[in-house]
Amino acid sequence: MSVRPTAYANVRLVDPASGYDGPGGLIVTEGVIADVVRGPDMGSLSKDIEVIDGKGAMLLPGLIDIRVKTGEPGAEPKETLKSAALAAAAGGVTTIVVQPDTHPVMDEPSVVDFILRRARDIGLINVYPAGAATKGGEGQRMAEIGLMHEAGCLYVTDADRPIVDSKVMRRVLAYAKAFDVLVAHRPADPWLSTGAAASEGEFASRMGLPGVPAIAEKIMLERDLALVELTGGRLLVDQLTTAAALESFQRARDKGLPVTATTSINHLSFNEIDIGDYRTFCKVEPPLRSEDDRQAVIEAVASGLIQVVVSAHAPAPAEDKRLPYDEAAPGAVGLQTLLPALLTFHHEGRIPLIDLIRAVTSAPADLLGLPAGRLAKGAPADLVLCDLNAPILIDADKLISKSKNSPFDGRRLQGKVLRTVVDGRTVFGA
Amino acid sequence: MTTTPPGLTEVLQRTFSFPKRHFLSVLDLNEVEVASLLDLADGFVSLNRQTSKKLDLLKGRTLMNLFFENSTRTQSSFELAGKRLGADVVNMSPRSSAMSKGETLIDTAVTLNAMQPDLLVIRHASSGAASLLSQKVGCSVVNAGDGQHEHPTQALLDALSMRRAFGRIAGLKVAICGDVAHSRVARSNIALLQMLGAEVRLVGPPTLIPPAAERWNVQIFHDMREGIAGCDVVMMLRLQLERMDGVMAPSQREYFRFYGLDREKLALAAPGVRVMHPGPMNRGVEIDSEVADDLSVSLIQDQVEMGVAARMAVLTSLAARLENDR
Repeated sequence: MSVRPTAYANVRLVDPASGYDGPGGLIVTEGVIADVVRGPDMGSLSKDIEVIDGKGAMLLPGLIDIRVKTGEPGAEPKETLKSAALAAAAGGVTTIVVQPDTHPVMDEPSVVDFILRRARDIGLINVYPAGAATKGGEGQRMAEIGLMHEAGCLYVTDADRPIVDSKVMRRVLAYAKAFDVLVAHRPADPWLSTGAAASEGEFASRMGLPGVPAIAEKIMLERDLALVELTGGRLLVDQLTTAAALESFQRARDKGLPVTATTSINHLSFNEIDIGDYRTFCKVEPPLRSEDDRQAVIEAVASGLIQVVVSAHAPAPAEDKRLPYDEAAPGAVGLQTLLPALLTFHHEGRIPLIDLIRAVTSAPADLLGLPAGRLAKGAPADLVLCDLNAPILIDADKLISKSKNSPFDGRRLQGKVLRTVVDGRTVFGA
Repeated sequence: MTTTPPGLTEVLQRTFSFPKRHFLSVLDLNEVEVASLLDLADGFVSLNRQTSKKLDLLKGRTLMNLFFENSTRTQSSFELAGKRLGADVVNMSPRSSAMSKGETLIDTAVTLNAMQPDLLVIRHASSGAASLLSQKVGCSVVNAGDGQHEHPTQALLDALSMRRAFGRIAGLKVAICGDVAHSRVARSNIALLQMLGAEVRLVGPPTLIPPAAERWNVQIFHDMREGIAGCDVVMMLRLQLERMDGVMAPSQREYFRFYGLDREKLALAAPGVRVMHPGPMNRGVEIDSEVADDLSVSLIQDQVEMGVAARMAVLTSLAARLENDR
């Protein structure tokens, strides 16, 4: 960590936490934001300060991506914590929360501790683990939620696997409440979903792919919301992707239930037609939905009903993807493409820039109680300098992730990360 | 006939005729009755400490222990209580007899009733079993634990232990900690302690606090440190190990970390705090041996001793009532 203070001058500050979007600059000392200057004039800076001229680029808080899978521990050929951290840094993501469905499953405090130690050793970006909600992520018996919370896990979840047994889900929500631990759960009715490779509909039918109806999401969500009402536990709905489920979620929010939802950049950017000629890079969990659903999800992010957007980064190597569609592994890498893909909605005029940025900075930070995600005095100097308008072409082969399974391959996007800073240190760009 | 031990005359003056035929629930008692039972039990404590413990208050009476659930502790406590009072005591374990072979509880009751017992002590895994039995027999029924409902003699012996330790019960702050949801001991204690003017708190993870317990006029804490802060009595409950493997709590080590009573947590309680446990204990799980075995804070041994005396008081009072019926 450089002792010399750094000033980022001549930038467009975008800070959703304070609502400020305008010219300014900021000064970083000892890895912490020491001062934020609003307006074009930085005033006279002391000579010891290293000045970085942003040349009008956008400076925003480093992105916080709360749903990331790596292959570590257990499947390092797919992705290591280090390769994920490098990809994140290149994508302007300065904090990731890794999912517990590893080998071994992160269902007890020593595995949580392992991730935190590895992250410290790598030292590039902030890495936090989510703990498993149930032992082995099997949905049968509660995991050591209290001990994992003490060890530093940020929330608990069984990741892709829904907790089928309502009694178990009830106990997890109730038990986690004692420690004020957030429970994330993917709403998917397991029986309707069994064997499905795509969203049920005219397209899947024509393609001959077994489908899951959109209401499978709503059915499980309704159960979860009812259990939240019963237990008072805090729920994070992991990836809301359908209009039907959004209706239920809106009702729960109106009631004042302690529920928050994410959606993934994949479900904001693609629909079922993108599967096209059985493109397995577009096979994700939950499956890509209809265009009506996609539009509803975009609307929900715009209105703030869905507060957090995640990359749902899920590396899968070519050998797991180059298979017949129904046999191919689901998942898409997304750490490096999250920001430019999200900026699409700004360039299209669909969602105001500051609201888009909020969904990947201060909103997840507030949800998980993190000090980052804001350009405020005293906050960690996790920053991204980004050219909002620069065109980029996504070339999956050039992505830093060890796995190249990006559905954005070949897409033209706008928004280029120039520099990524974590705790005042530049971890990407120059 | 035993020689009259010192104090017996005085103790016998405390005997009162219990106004009800059965001893099923704390809710059947009132404050005056409880005080009388405690006074009488107190007397039996002194008598039990003498070399000659045999009395003849229940001479000629038959006491049947009918334990559908195993319980060495409670069964031997009732057995001793009966024998010291001079009753003939029969222990029945229906699980190991013909009665378990498809016979209903009521059939069993009718069968036993035909043997003309005077007092029937029942322990059963189903809530309400003691009450059901009491409707079908002619003798007095004592509830020695029915499912997750009540264990009224345990509450009585706990009250006796507390009254002897503190000289009073009114105004005491009592934290009942652990598996309240499945505990008949907790339910009987909550009712009795509140009747006697104590302030009751429940401490445990949300999974082990009974739903809607906040309507029982108790304060509920999920943080044990907050829950036992300033308490005069910390009453630990047993948590069955199989409930601790991810069912109601994630693991034994997590349970002990957050809900096990150790010195560090106990230091937050009031000065002079006393620790109780109905037994049998899971050492190192719900209670640290260091605390359980420290006789300056632990009332756990006392509780066992008080158990015999409290049960003698209950049996004597019920028998006195039988006398009046005659």
